[in-house]
Amino acid sequence: MTTLDQLKRGEHGIVTAVAGEDAIGQRLLEMGLLEGEEVEVLAFAPLGDPIEIRIRDYRLSLRKAEAARVSVQPGPATQ
Amino acid sequence: MLATRHPVIALVGNPNTGKTTLFNALAGMNQRVGNYPGVTVETKKGRFKHRGQTVEVIDLPGTYSLAARSPDEMVAVDVILGHNAGEQRPDVVVTIVDASNLERNLYLTTQVLELGVPVVVALNMMDVAQGQGLNIDVPRLARNLGVPVVPVQANKGKGLEDLKDAVAETIAAKTQSTGPSFPEPFEKEVVTLHGRLGNGVEPFLIRRLLLDVGGYTEQVLSTRHGAHLLEEVKTARHRLTEAGCSVPGVEARTRYAWIRNATADCVKRPAQRPVSWTDRLDRVLTHRIWGTVIFLGLMFLVFQSIFFWARPLMDLVGGGFDWLKEVTTGDMEPGPLRDLLGEGVIQGIGGVLVFLPQILILFAFIAILEDCGYMARAAFLMDRLMARCGLNGKSFIPLLSSMACAVPGIMAARVIENRRDRFATILVAPLMSCSARLPVYILLAGAFLGDTDVYPLWLPGLAIFGMYCIGLVLAPLIAFLLKRTLLKGDAPVFVMEMPLYKKPAFLQVARRSVEAGWMFVRRAGTIILASMIVIWALLYFPTHDAANANGVSFPNQRAKLEKEIDRAKKSLKNANAEEKEQIEAEIEKHEDEIKVLSQRWKEQSYLGQLGQFIEPAVVPLGWDWRIGVGALASFPAREVIVPTLGLLFGVGEGDAGEDEYLTQLGSQMKKENWRGTSVPLFTIPTAFSIMVFFALCCQCASTLAVIKRETNSWAWPAFTFVYMTVLAYVAALFVYQVGMLIG
Repeated sequence: MTTLDQLKRGEHGIVTAVAGEDAIGQRLLEMGLLEGEEVEVLAFAPLGDPIEIRIRDYRLSLRKAEAARVSVQPGPATQ
Repeated sequence: MLATRHPVIALVGNPNTGKTTLFNALAGMNQRVGNYPGVTVETKKGRFKHRGQTVEVIDLPGTYSLAARSPDEMVAVDVILGHNAGEQRPDVVVTIVDASNLERNLYLTTQVLELGVPVVVALNMMDVAQGQGLNIDVPRLARNLGVPVVPVQANKGKGLEDLKDAVAETIAAKTQSTGPSFPEPFEKEVVTLHGRLGNGVEPFLIRRLLLDVGGYTEQVLSTRHGAHLLEEVKTARHRLTEAGCSVPGVEARTRYAWIRNATADCVKRPAQRPVSWTDRLDRVLTHRIWGTVIFLGLMFLVFQSIFFWARPLMDLVGGGFDWLKEVTTGDMEPGPLRDLLGEGVIQGIGGVLVFLPQILILFAFIAILEDCGYMARAAFLMDRLMARCGLNGKSFIPLLSSMACAVPGIMAARVIENRRDRFATILVAPLMSCSARLPVYILLAGAFLGDTDVYPLWLPGLAIFGMYCIGLVLAPLIAFLLKRTLLKGDAPVFVMEMPLYKKPAFLQVARRSVEAGWMFVRRAGTIILASMIVIWALLYFPTHDAANANGVSFPNQRAKLEKEIDRAKKSLKNANAEEKEQIEAEIEKHEDEIKVLSQRWKEQSYLGQLGQFIEPAVVPLGWDWRIGVGALASFPAREVIVPTLGLLFGVGEGDAGEDEYLTQLGSQMKKENWRGTSVPLFTIPTAFSIMVFFALCCQCASTLAVIKRETNSWAWPAFTFVYMTVLAYVAALFVYQVGMLIG
């Protein structure tokens, strides 16, 4: 078990929880980061932050501080 | 005539779904932009005719969710609930949904379903979905959602008639669907609160009150019903957590479960996701090294285009207005009317339109970058850097553009959704050294550091570079302070969709660019023009020489001298060599007289009197009253300082080119002394004090007018003006005093 900001480029994971009931927590949920969803880390910005991920058929970028609220179970990669 | 009410439809959708394209396709040229009071986001209204029936369309700001945290985010809800004075609820809400990203797009649709207005779903980008191997059974989706679903291709104008038909049928039938139902304990709390608040509050808002912790509905309802309401909501939330449906998670879980259920049997996915163009491009464009290199290259191109490419066009506009002034006022009787028209109005309009090339070019670039999907990548690459000063990645382009001109730069800040980040960006944008400051730098650095016998060749360049650095350092610093004081609030959410890449549509780009230009001319232009006329008048009146009150007025004296020159020039044609010399000397004499006259006129004008009045305030900066007047006269537009100093120091623009004019003015300034002494007025500390003042001061009525427009309030331009002027004064004082200490 780890958090989304700890994954490396190309790694996959399954979301297990999203922390926080404030605007950021709510926005992450609204954007579809929900328990059971698969995420893939696609890229890191030049200074290592923010990160780009794939979730529910689309690409999303978020700061590491926000990604740290998302608990993930690393793997399994679909391929 | 009695106005009959036309049916109204509202367009709602996520950003990047082609909502604006659909609106344009529906409304055509028949549209207008507006602001609701107290909000800074725009709504567009338009109309179309369908089978003889006129239908009004409202294009609401793109959003991912109706959970509002600010008045700006509340606009969509207020429009759909009919909360705006004089407006009824729309008859139908059309939600635009990106077929290639169905689940997340339908999230917003499920919220709209609860607002109690019939909904029609416009399923856009079916071609993209097909390209990704997605197969959508549209009739089945419509059945599952309980609302009509119409496939459209907004950018090609396909499916519009079907959409209009579906809208017309829905208006007639008034069919409604309810969307997902929340877990039992949640619905119970809604019923309880509804009983408590009464029928004046829609059930939708009660759900929002429960769901949005610290949201806008909390603010609105607690001011209306008392602060103890918040306590009740808190205990209700606590009960919900105990019952296993804690907020805000219960909303996303309920909606996404419902959506997955509704799409399960009608969306077929390929076993393996095909590699798309976006995948390939993003491997390079968001790459740490290549992405940054390409980004910097693109930004260089954008900056070059507004800094240099716009130049010939701006000169053309300037030249055009000089010509217009010549043509319209050439034959008029001399007097205040002619001068008002020529120097106030025409020059003023020219001063507005001269910004147009930059605005059109910058907005064409921004529209291209945004339309093709690159803008989100640019923000992604720059975010970390901008986050250090409390801004976000989207602030980069507005600030960079402001180095050419703050007016288009501030307008470019519209791409920043977060209000506080947008305002911070707007308020510091004028600190970036714009192109209008450059002549001041060239004049002073050239005159006082350009002596190659004394100073190294690179010194003037370094000094100018230093002036640019002041803005580059102070803008982030002030932004940092603003975000901790005036614009304090929760950490902004930087959760940004990276849309698919696509070809930019030429029409969209042209439209955005022209819209921005028109908006500037109409809204900011009037304010700029008015302030230009005021300053003209302050420099023009009184027209009578105080020393010779009964004598001929300044404008008449000048007109007389101009006539003399004209006559002399005409007689020059038939003159022999000897006479020619004499006439030329005469012309020169008259021209000198005009200079002296203008100097005295300016000195006695209201603005000149003010300059002398404030002299004690500018002496500590190393300035005399003439520099003070120059600085005052430059408040509407800082580029005015160069010709104003020219007037005050008696160097005419004449036929000399700009470079030569600056050199002439520079050498004249070196000869000037403090009044009644032989102490040189201009020393290096004075030169630097002026440069620093101009680098930091908000001497641009256009900028203030645009800030007013973009923030929808007079308070922010007033604040910008005050903080920049104070900053400029203190910095100039510091530079001069320290400079004098060093010697």
